[in-house]
Amino acid sequence: MNAFTESSGRVTLWRTLLRSPSVMIGAAILLCVLFIGLAAPFLHTMSPDKINPSVRNKLPGYESTLRDDEGNKIQFVHLMGTDSLGRDIYSRVVFGARVSLLIGATVAVMSAFIGLILGLLAGYFRWLDAIVMRVMDGLMAIPAILLALSMVALLNAGLSTVILAIVITEIPRVVRLVRSVVLSVREEPYVEAAISVGTPTPVLLVRHILPNTIAPLIVQTTYIAAHAILVEAVLSFLGVGISPETPTWGNIMAEGRAMFVMLPHNIFFPGLFLAVTVLAVNLFGDGLRDLLDPRMRKRL
Amino acid sequence: MTDPTALQLPTHTAGIQQVPSNVTSVQPVLELQALDISLPRGSDRAHAVAQVSLTVNPGEIVCLVGESGSGKSAIAHTVMGLQAKALVPTAGKILLQGEDVLTMAPARLRQLRCTTMSMIFQEPMTALNPVFSCGEQIDEVLRTHTALTASERQQRVLDMIQQVGLPDPLRMLRSYPHQLSGGQRQRIMIAMALVLEPLLLIADEPTTALDVTTQAQILALIRTLQREHGTGVLFITHDFGVVAEIADRVAVLRQGELVEFGQKQQVLEYPEHPYTQMLIGAVPSMTPRVREASARGEVILRTERLVKTYPNSRTPAVNQVALELRRGETLGIVGESGSGKSTVARCVAKLITTTSGSIFQHGQDIAPLSNRQMRPLRKCVQIVFQDPYRSLNPRRTVGDSIIEGPMNYGATRQEAWKHASELMELVRLEPTMLQRFPHEFSGGQRQRICIARSLAMKPEILIADEAVSALDVSVQAQVLGLLDEVREQLNLAMLFITHDLRVAAQVCDRVAVMSKGEIVETGRTADIFLAPAHAYTQTLFAAAPGRDWLFEAGRARLKKKGDSYQAESVSPK
Repeated sequence: MNAFTESSGRVTLWRTLLRSPSVMIGAAILLCVLFIGLAAPFLHTMSPDKINPSVRNKLPGYESTLRDDEGNKIQFVHLMGTDSLGRDIYSRVVFGARVSLLIGATVAVMSAFIGLILGLLAGYFRWLDAIVMRVMDGLMAIPAILLALSMVALLNAGLSTVILAIVITEIPRVVRLVRSVVLSVREEPYVEAAISVGTPTPVLLVRHILPNTIAPLIVQTTYIAAHAILVEAVLSFLGVGISPETPTWGNIMAEGRAMFVMLPHNIFFPGLFLAVTVLAVNLFGDGLRDLLDPRMRKRL
Repeated sequence: MTDPTALQLPTHTAGIQQVPSNVTSVQPVLELQALDISLPRGSDRAHAVAQVSLTVNPGEIVCLVGESGSGKSAIAHTVMGLQAKALVPTAGKILLQGEDVLTMAPARLRQLRCTTMSMIFQEPMTALNPVFSCGEQIDEVLRTHTALTASERQQRVLDMIQQVGLPDPLRMLRSYPHQLSGGQRQRIMIAMALVLEPLLLIADEPTTALDVTTQAQILALIRTLQREHGTGVLFITHDFGVVAEIADRVAVLRQGELVEFGQKQQVLEYPEHPYTQMLIGAVPSMTPRVREASARGEVILRTERLVKTYPNSRTPAVNQVALELRRGETLGIVGESGSGKSTVARCVAKLITTTSGSIFQHGQDIAPLSNRQMRPLRKCVQIVFQDPYRSLNPRRTVGDSIIEGPMNYGATRQEAWKHASELMELVRLEPTMLQRFPHEFSGGQRQRICIARSLAMKPEILIADEAVSALDVSVQAQVLGLLDEVREQLNLAMLFITHDLRVAAQVCDRVAVMSKGEIVETGRTADIFLAPAHAYTQTLFAAAPGRDWLFEAGRARLKKKGDSYQAESVSPK
């Protein structure tokens, strides 16, 4: 029995969550990154877009002097150095957290939502199954990067295009997962019992079948979020994602690519944030999976 | 796949079996001395097994009987050293040929398994490794424990396969488990267990998962081989029919404690402990109960030429089935697994679509109706399923499960809840329990709740699809009683699906015997039990375990000539 089967056990579920180290560590790191992203306007030392040619390619810890609008001199410390245009990497990394988290969360929620509906329908209505699943097989054959490249070429490069591209490639995985759960749950006697007491099909799906998909879906969603953050970074790194003036971790790294050997900090700091964030999401997901349903390993 | 071996029925020596008397000079193969096995902290009791002492002598079969959770499997697994980690033997000794298994080095234990003691399991479907052929699996035992050459080993394996009565040994050798039927797999398991002629065979419910005719063959096989080889057998079962069939001595376990241990004749005929009396009393009698007036009700359900063929299958699961069900009567559908009895139930309940034929409900043919057209009619037929653990949604309170149906048909929550409370009283549960979740109930209680859920719809026809098969015999008796009472009170028609002839005898007014999708015989229960006409029905009766014993009034006795019903007339002429 997994923890979700007992709603009287919701309190217990929280306690179990608190006891799992990987969930706790993952959640703690994620909260930090979320805080950094939300508080970016207060945390940053200067505008992430501010170009200052006089301080190009400086190492971390370099101090520069600027004049503000009134002409007062202000001292700046570039905690993570500057890039080839003289922008402050620390401020850009802090703002980059917003994009990464936004993309991770949006992609996860959107693909989970669409995938859940398609999976429920495909799993329950046998005639729909073949159609939906063949489309999903087709989608799975398209590499995420390639799809994003062509979509950016067709539409405009921007946040929404990137999100759409990643969502499309993630949907089939959710559909497969949800469908497999639905296929097994629909054979349960309690579902048949509900049919025989005249429960209408939509109610049946929502009340008796959908709750069984939630636990595996939550776990899958975390993996999708981690993957989406990575794909966005890759797209930005390749220069086909979000426009280069927007600070994202991938963009910052792309900026530092040419000078990587001499000035590794350009790539190191955003890379570190990216790695830690993805690790945290995965830790969180793994922990949840172990707690919610140890048998689920087979399905993922 | 059907078992092609001819039906071998156990030989019945009338009267007392020749039991090797419990002479002290014979060293027992297995001796349990005050064995304690503790359960992990937080379980419902401290010990899985407490202070159990018993012996198994060479050449005798000791049946370990008890209900689920009585610790019988814990004993079996501990003797083999296969117990779950959470179960720790804390005191006592398990002497195998005088050697204590509990203090033995793991290497020695490995040496003894298969050579001195072997085990066969309940589920032949999962006890064999699907990626090796049966020959290889038996051969592995010989490879591990003997220095025989490959050809000698093959000869032994072939011998053994022949001994367990499997046809075409060479083909069996090469076949993989999935190519065999359940009975054949259990024979392979037995071959594997006995190939090194162990002194002790532990059989953990080896026939529970099998059909009754296959069960009879396997019991006969174990009996024969055990006699030939002089093996001591510890036979674990919950079924007193099987006990009557096979045991020399009987040990009765309750909640980990041995309450009675003695010769079969003694325990069955003069049970001393009240628990044993209760268990034996709960075994349904094979003598059909006769109830008048049931044939006078109006026909409320009738099927004509009902056919259901599942997709991707060429043979129909249900073929040309015609049934008639009257108000106030219980019609039993009896048959073995795969006979199509559950499919009939699911067709009648419109849980699956029929391939052809008609189902008349109050004169209206419901077979061609769509799901939507069916909705207003669903109230009429309700179904109680076999597995009480899966037939209630674990996420919803039992109250919510019960009121779901009435609320689908427009009842307000208050009305439905009030009715549910009354139904809880009807099925002898506290109305306050409506707020609880299914996992807080036992199997028997859950089945009561399922009955309450069905009754909430105020149905006219109640289908019980193996509704008591998953329950312990004492709980089974209570649920059967409840079903009967409810049928009486509400004047329901009941379609009772079961594989168990004893249960059918107690509940059904009429029975229809199904085999391979067809009804081979139908008639009043008393008539069919007295004189089964069809060959298949006769085979079924002849295979029923313990048919030579009468279970009545808390004790059993060996049937004599002239005892009621079919004792002699049944045996195939």
